[in-house]
Amino acid sequence: MSTETLLTCELLTGGEAVAHAMRQIDPDVVPVYPITPQTPIIQAYAQFVADGRASGELVDVESEHSAMSAAIGSALAGARTMTATSSQGLALMAEVVYIAASMRAPIVTALGNRALSGPINIHCDHSDSMLIRDSGVVQLFVENAQEAYDATILAPRLAEHPEVLLPVFVCLDGFTITHSAEPVELLDDADVQRFVGEYRIPFPLLDAPEATTQGPFAMPDYYFELKHQQVAAMASAGRVLDELVGELEGITGRRYEPLERYRLDDAARALVLMGSSAGTAKDVVDELRDRRQPVGLLRIGSFRPFPAEAVRDALHGLDEVAVLDRADAPGGAPPLFAEVAAAAHDVAARLRSVVYGLGGRELHPDDIKELFDSLHDRASATPTYVGLRSRS
Amino acid sequence: MAELRPWQELGPGGVVLPDDAPRRVTGGWRTGLKPRANRSACVNCLLCWLYCPDAAVLVDGEVFAGFDYELCKGCELCAEMCPTNAIEMVPEDADVD
Repeated sequence: MSTETLLTCELLTGGEAVAHAMRQIDPDVVPVYPITPQTPIIQAYAQFVADGRASGELVDVESEHSAMSAAIGSALAGARTMTATSSQGLALMAEVVYIAASMRAPIVTALGNRALSGPINIHCDHSDSMLIRDSGVVQLFVENAQEAYDATILAPRLAEHPEVLLPVFVCLDGFTITHSAEPVELLDDADVQRFVGEYRIPFPLLDAPEATTQGPFAMPDYYFELKHQQVAAMASAGRVLDELVGELEGITGRRYEPLERYRLDDAARALVLMGSSAGTAKDVVDELRDRRQPVGLLRIGSFRPFPAEAVRDALHGLDEVAVLDRADAPGGAPPLFAEVAAAAHDVAARLRSVVYGLGGRELHPDDIKELFDSLHDRASATPTYVGLRSRS
Repeated sequence: MAELRPWQELGPGGVVLPDDAPRRVTGGWRTGLKPRANRSACVNCLLCWLYCPDAAVLVDGEVFAGFDYELCKGCELCAEMCPTNAIEMVPEDADVD
């Protein structure tokens, strides 16, 4: 791989960056329904199609349920297929997302993360992603527009790998990433085409001479086995993702980290989180490190598959860890905390669960500093919520 | 597929390949009548083949070639659709070619 590829840098929102990635991947079919904050993605992509800069068949379906249904038919027929959604759109799509995973349809979806209703809200949290947590789809959480672009380029290769064959969701925080303009380095179109290659699946439905039955009914004698295939495929996805990250780095010079260890060496206190808030948290970590405070950060770039072993390794040696969830779980443990706690069962560090940022509530640098301070004091009460107004 | 297979031996998503598909004999579902074709009246429009909800209308290349009575459920759609009334429903014990 050449690292001398000419890169163009443009000022793009995360949504536009994903649309550029889609233009360069040039999928065959894109069945999609608009919803805030995903709309800029598909609006920009539709413009590329209208201008003749992308050749995908853009299908204006009547709902997200239909979008994913059409995507399954298209992907299994033998066409590279992408779509995009957010929040309620994903909720409506969720029934079919499970079927896409079960039928092993390698569909790539851009998800502009937005709070689920109710109350109705259009801003970011991760509750929509968590709705499909166990659906059997890969979920990559990006930190900024550049990563949204990189992860989208990587996603088809991951989804279509013969040992994976699972839908892949590229999750970018609504508004914070989808609508914020940042400098984004774009690859050359030809390099993207070379990287993604030709779409191949083992049993294309339109291969009439080798006709197959797909999505068959499975009774108690086979349901369990077919469900378990997704578990095995997800294990492969972790391995394949690691390989692809290296391959893409050879072209971009950037590394998309399934698990990013930020200034964790010799750290005593650390945060675990995912999405755009990591950018704010890194600034705070830098500032506290300048004051010789042993703090660090662990950013989850792949929520599914969850890199449990790597998380456990990264947590060894830490004293205090706060796991920040941008989705709550009334009556239970917030999802990211539950994952980290399960992975860290034999880790000495004390884990605390913190919920923040629901419905687009901002996470300010001072909030993060206070959080690190409270971690410093073992006697302090566990901070459960950041940014919640509460009568004391 | 009499023997239950472990998950590793199943195609992705349970895809069923032609050789693995059991041939279900559904002809036993008929309740007394079966289709019979009068070849001299047949204009080979293949509407019967198109409308058969199973795969019971046999075609040789593009030419009507009779019925597969192991599959035909006796629904009568073919007889209903035939534009020249070349298909009639006859008792089970009637002779067919």
